[in-house]
Order: sequence, then structure tokens, then C-alpha cells
Amino acid sequence: MPIQVLMPALSPTMEKGNLAKWLKKEGETIKSGDVIAEIETDKATMEVEATDEGTLGKILIPEGTADVAVNTPIATILADGESAADLAKVSAAPAPKAAEAPAAEAKGDAKAEAPQPAAKAPAAPVNEALPDPEIPAGTEMVTQTIREALRDAMAEEMRRDGDVFIMGEEVAEYQGAYKVTQGLLQEFGARRVIDTPITEHGFAGVGVGAAMAGLKPIVEFMTWNFAMQAIDQIINSAAKTLYMSGGQMGCSIVFRGPNGAAARVAAQHSQDYAAWYSQIPGLKVIAPYSAADYKGLLKAAIRDPNPVVFLENEMLYGHTGEVPKLPDFVVPIGKARIARAGKDVTIVSWAMGMSYALKAADELAKEGIEAEVIDLRTIRPMDTETVINSVKKTGRAVTVEEGWQQSGVGSEVAARIMEHAFDYLDAPVARVSGKDVPMPYAANLEKLALPSVAEVVAAAKAVSYR
Amino acid sequence: MAAPKKSVAKESGQEKAGSPPEFTREQELKALRDMLLIRRFEEKAGQLYGMGAIGGFCHLYIGQEAVVVGMQMALKQGDEVITGYRDHGHMLACDMEARGVMAELTGRRGGYSRGKGGSMHMFSKEKHFYGGHGIVGAQVSLGTGLAFANRYRGNDNVSVTYFGDGAANQGQVYESFNMAELWKLPVIYVIENNRYAMGTAVSRASAQQDFSKRGVSFNIPGKQVDGMDVRAVKAAADEATAWCRGGNGPIILEMQTYRYRGHSMSDPAKYRTREEVEKVRHDQDPIEQVRNRLLASGVSEQDLKAIDAEVREIVNEAADFAQHDPEPDASELYTDIYR
Repeated sequence: MPIQVLMPALSPTMEKGNLAKWLKKEGETIKSGDVIAEIETDKATMEVEATDEGTLGKILIPEGTADVAVNTPIATILADGESAADLAKVSAAPAPKAAEAPAAEAKGDAKAEAPQPAAKAPAAPVNEALPDPEIPAGTEMVTQTIREALRDAMAEEMRRDGDVFIMGEEVAEYQGAYKVTQGLLQEFGARRVIDTPITEHGFAGVGVGAAMAGLKPIVEFMTWNFAMQAIDQIINSAAKTLYMSGGQMGCSIVFRGPNGAAARVAAQHSQDYAAWYSQIPGLKVIAPYSAADYKGLLKAAIRDPNPVVFLENEMLYGHTGEVPKLPDFVVPIGKARIARAGKDVTIVSWAMGMSYALKAADELAKEGIEAEVIDLRTIRPMDTETVINSVKKTGRAVTVEEGWQQSGVGSEVAARIMEHAFDYLDAPVARVSGKDVPMPYAANLEKLALPSVAEVVAAAKAVSYR
Repeated sequence: MAAPKKSVAKESGQEKAGSPPEFTREQELKALRDMLLIRRFEEKAGQLYGMGAIGGFCHLYIGQEAVVVGMQMALKQGDEVITGYRDHGHMLACDMEARGVMAELTGRRGGYSRGKGGSMHMFSKEKHFYGGHGIVGAQVSLGTGLAFANRYRGNDNVSVTYFGDGAANQGQVYESFNMAELWKLPVIYVIENNRYAMGTAVSRASAQQDFSKRGVSFNIPGKQVDGMDVRAVKAAADEATAWCRGGNGPIILEMQTYRYRGHSMSDPAKYRTREEVEKVRHDQDPIEQVRNRLLASGVSEQDLKAIDAEVREIVNEAADFAQHDPEPDASELYTDIYR
């Protein structure tokens, strides 16, 4: 029976890609290992190799097709002795074998992120619920991915200030492990876009030293998980030196990279560090959600004279959002944003947590509960005032984060609400968070370990006694 | 002239120099004065610690003075200095004021860090002194970063990055070596081998005890230097700065030296004998070496006493200031966290 070739998943977080080119024609013989097609993702162009032998029977997705979902059949291969007549069997065949595209299969199942209609995916960042006060009315908006927004932020700041440079693993010639630094080497050259060896502890220290000497480094960690190797330099050297020097020697530096759970990468690669760094006086900690905030806050972070921990999310890199077309769009650090107005319950979140929060707010609205969703954006310094003002109005609050609950950021938010708005509360604050376990690999367990829209909805109803 | 009878340096040095180039009388006098200032300052700090005026950790530099003084004599304006926690000598050699250092030790507002850093955390942008770091080995990556900044800016400054034989075993040291050589950064790694990492003798902690070879796998040249002879240190520093300014990348200088006092004030130093300490003091003391040479060359005892008096006055004034300067205002608790 003819074999189906499926659109492959080329990374843990890939959801779709463009079928750029067929390198084999219908009727051509194919051996295992032959490159049969080229696929473009937002990160890279990759070759598709055949894993089966036979004849290319039929091309199902013509070259030039954009946004082909992972797991879509793209061609059929006829085994020896089969003919075009056998192709008919394929259309009657059931869904593609899961084994052929494990990553993609897992994705739709586990991460609630894939765009397939069946998946319970939080939508791309939603900005339009409330106008952002940072963006003047009538500003033209451009749609771009968060990856592009980050790149533009760095490029703009590097054009503006010759002391700004970026260093990290694969940031230059490889164009970024996640393609966030795409094009920077070409524009700014190897002096300012610097590939480092895989030595986080060492290059974080080199970055801090350069910052003490007055430069403004952007240190990219391939992921924040690897920055645990460097945490001493971030905390003991970068965060504390200004204080220990009586104000003489500060450190203008941005540490950035993807934080938190990606997809199916298990415990060592799926940790949220927001709570860790948010405890440190001397650090600023930013964890944006929308594309506009990614851009505006990264620009602010680069300009800030203090060390800034900038937590990104790999799951969001490929998501698109509206970014204001302004020559110099900077979002102030330390200000939360009301992403959706409501009167019944306050949902406080940030970063990836916002995807659950906003989706939950939609669900709650259907049941007549108007949730006010606050995107903290900056974890330290935390905009307590915006949260408290909302809670004074709603009398109820839920926090949502992918990180762990114990000593988590949600716990801090809950404590501040208790301290500043106790008398306004009609119910105890509820915390929705990642479960108290290392991140499991199995798709079903991973899904259970992360928060869900249903949990947020349930928590909001519980504090509303509904 | 009483030359050192037996060098601390073992015969295994990669490049074993003979007798180092002589100093001019002016250089000898400057070296003597700068080393004496450090020694008297440290003795006073030890005394104040005993009186309870200085708290916490206090690591004295007594015995190692020739290293930092000899290095400093080879530097030019703009070269950066960074070191670990045994840092008082480095600050004085960088021409930071004794009173500001001492007042920091006593936790007073006139201290270099306004009383918020203490013994291990002092800085002076003006004097290009970048600390004063309390985490063993952390300053090596930071010092490499200072060199990175020099390279980035295209100036000809050199980063002089000091660390001890203990720190030399830290992982980030080698991460830094790799990047420094890869990018040809102008950094002199000065390994102050005082033979003990706290209470652990080099032989008990280090597989390769010739620290000048620690850069071999990165192609970083190294040299063992008699760190008790200020002339040898200066000569090695001259070569090293020329190497770095010539765009050749990093270089390692292993300074073979000795600390007379304990690791910190609270160290009873049971890991070595009193005789061992006495022998180094007697045979190799860096200050006595210079003093003897000066006397042999015809400088009068009277002249040397005048230097000693001048130094004592500076130290006494510093100690007096450090004990009478007020503590930081309570409002300082919340300043200098962000700028």
C-alpha cells in the first residue's frame, strides 16, 4: 500500500511551515535518505529526507504552499510493484500514522498550542481588548512575530548606541538558535554580534565585566535553563555591585532568552525562573506577553542602567501580534497593563500565563462573569497599584503562572493583595500554577503539569462562588 | 646586599630568570614605601579587628606586598585592576586613599563603598580598581570582561586580573582563559600562589601545581615569577603588559609568594608550622629585601626611618578617621540598589 509522506515537525514547537520546493518529480525513484523537498519555517529552511524507498507517486501539496500544518500528507510513495492505481487506496486510508511524526502528534495533544481546530490553543497574543496607553491613538500598527519584534528592538538599540552589543551561543553566524538574532551579524558585524563558546558561567561573567567597564551587553542564553550555570554572576556580580560599591559601579546589562516550558523537552529544559530572579534586589525582571510589549520592553531593558533579566517564551516566538509603527517605541519597565477590562474578578498573569488567562476570560464571559485581566509585564519592580485598584473593584482575584506555586510570583501577588486590599476581598485569592513536579516528558503528563484554561475558569468561578 | 637566600619559586619554572634587572634608587624607594604602606595598613587593620572595630571577614595581604606593588609599577593610567577578597593591598597600590579603605573596613560612611561593601567589596572607578570580589574565581570572568571592553573600544589598556592558587581551580577560570585567547583579549592573569587555599596546601588541591602551565591547553603563555622580589615582579609585568598591548592576547604570571597571616582573621593556621612562616619571613621578606639593598647602596637608616614614619602617619590617620567617622545614615539602607 502506498506510503504517505507527512509534513514533518522540524522543532519541538513547530506548528506549520511552507512547502518551498519539491526536489523530486512524480514518477522519480526515491531511495531512503534522498532529499525530496525543502520546507521553510519562520526560523529556517530545512530539507526533507525520504525514509522510505520507491517511486514518488503523487505530490499532494504543490510547492509554494504556505502554512502547511504539521502532519498533513504532502506526497505518496509507491512501493515496488505498486502503481498509480494504488493511490486511490490512500485517500480511503485513515489518518496518518502517528509514529511518523511524533513531535507533531505530541504537540496537538499535549501543549494546547497547535493551531488545529481540535486543539485547545490559546490564541496569539491579544492586544486589542484595551488600547495600550503607551501607544498613541491612531498609531499605525504592523503585524510581526515576537521573534521579529525582539530582533527589531535589539537592532534599533544597537543603531542608537555603539556601546550595545550582543553575545551568546549561536547568536551570530547561526543567526540565533531560535533565530531571534537573525540578520544582526550582517548589519553590525562580528565586533558587536559575538558567538561565544558553550560556557554560560564564563561568558555571563565576561558580559558583566564589560558592563562594569561601561559597555551595554545583551547576553543571550540559549535558554534560561542553562543560565543556572551563570546565576552567580547574575546575582552576586551584576545585581549586587552597585550597592556594594556605594553607588560607584553599576552594571547596564540585559540577560535574555527563552524561559519556561517549551514543548516535550522535559524537566531540565522546562523551568520558569520568574520567581527566582524576582527575589533579587538590584535586578529588574521582565516577562512580556504581547508582541508590542516584547519590543517596547526589550528596548527599555537595553537602555536601563541596571541589570535586567528578560524572560521570553519560545512558544511565543512564532506568534504574531500588532506592534506600533513608531520610530522609537519604548514601554516603561514596572507598569502592568489591563489587557481586558472587567468588573467581577481580577485575573493577574504575565508571559505565557496570559494565554490561559485571556482564553479563560472569554469562557467566563459566556457565563456572564466579566474578568479583568492584568498583564504584569514586569515582575520586578511589580506594579502593585494596578493590581490593587482592580481588586478593590472586583473583590476577587486569581493568579495564573506556568511556574511552581511554592514561593511563586502568584504567591507574591496574593500576599500583596492581602496586605493592601484585604478588606476589599470577598474570597481568598486563588493561585493557578504549574504543578509541583519536575516537567514530565510524556505528552499527557506534560499537559497535566501545566496550568489549563479550565483550571483558570474553575478558579475564577470558585472565588466568585459560582 | 642580602639577596634572597632561597627563592620560594621551585626550580620547575617554565622560564627561570636569573637575577632580575636592578631597580634605580628611585624605584627601590617607591617600592619600599608602597610595600610598607600596605604592611603597616594591614597590621593596623588586624589590630582594629582585634578591637572589634572591624567585623566580618578580614583577609590580610601581609607577605605578598611585592606582587601588587611590582605589578603596579609596570602599569599605565587606564589599566584596570580587579581581584578577589584579599584586596586591601591592591587598593592601596592603585593609589586609593588609606582612610577610605580603612573606613570601609570599619563600616563607616567615609568608606569607599559608604560602609555598604566592607573588606571584600570596594571599588574606585577613578583609580580603575574594579573590586574587591567575594566569590572565589568570579573576578576572573569579570576581569576578562574588562579586557573585552578594552578590545571593543580599541584602546591599549590592559586588564590585570588577580586570583589565588585556590581560585585557579575554579571552572570559570578556564572558560575565561578560552575566550581570552580565542578573542585575543588584553588580560594579565596574575595567579598569586601563596601556597594555601585557606587551609589547603596547593599539593593537596591542585593536580598541576605549576600554575604558569594552567593556560597550556589554551595556548596562553605563562611564567613563574619570584613574587617575593619586587624587581622580578616588575620585570615580568613589563613583559606581560608589552605582550598584551602588542595584541597577542592574554598571559599568565604565577607569582610565588606567601601569606604570613591566616587566611582570615579567624584562621588559627594549624595547617602549617610556625617555623615554615618564620623561615619565609626571615629569608625572603619582600620589604626586607629592598631595605637591605638600599642600605647596601648607601641610603641611610635615617632616610628609611623617615619613610616608615611617613607611612605610619598615613595609617594612623586612616585608623583614626575610620574609628571616628559616623556610620552610614539609616537612609543609606535603601540607596544604590538601582540607578
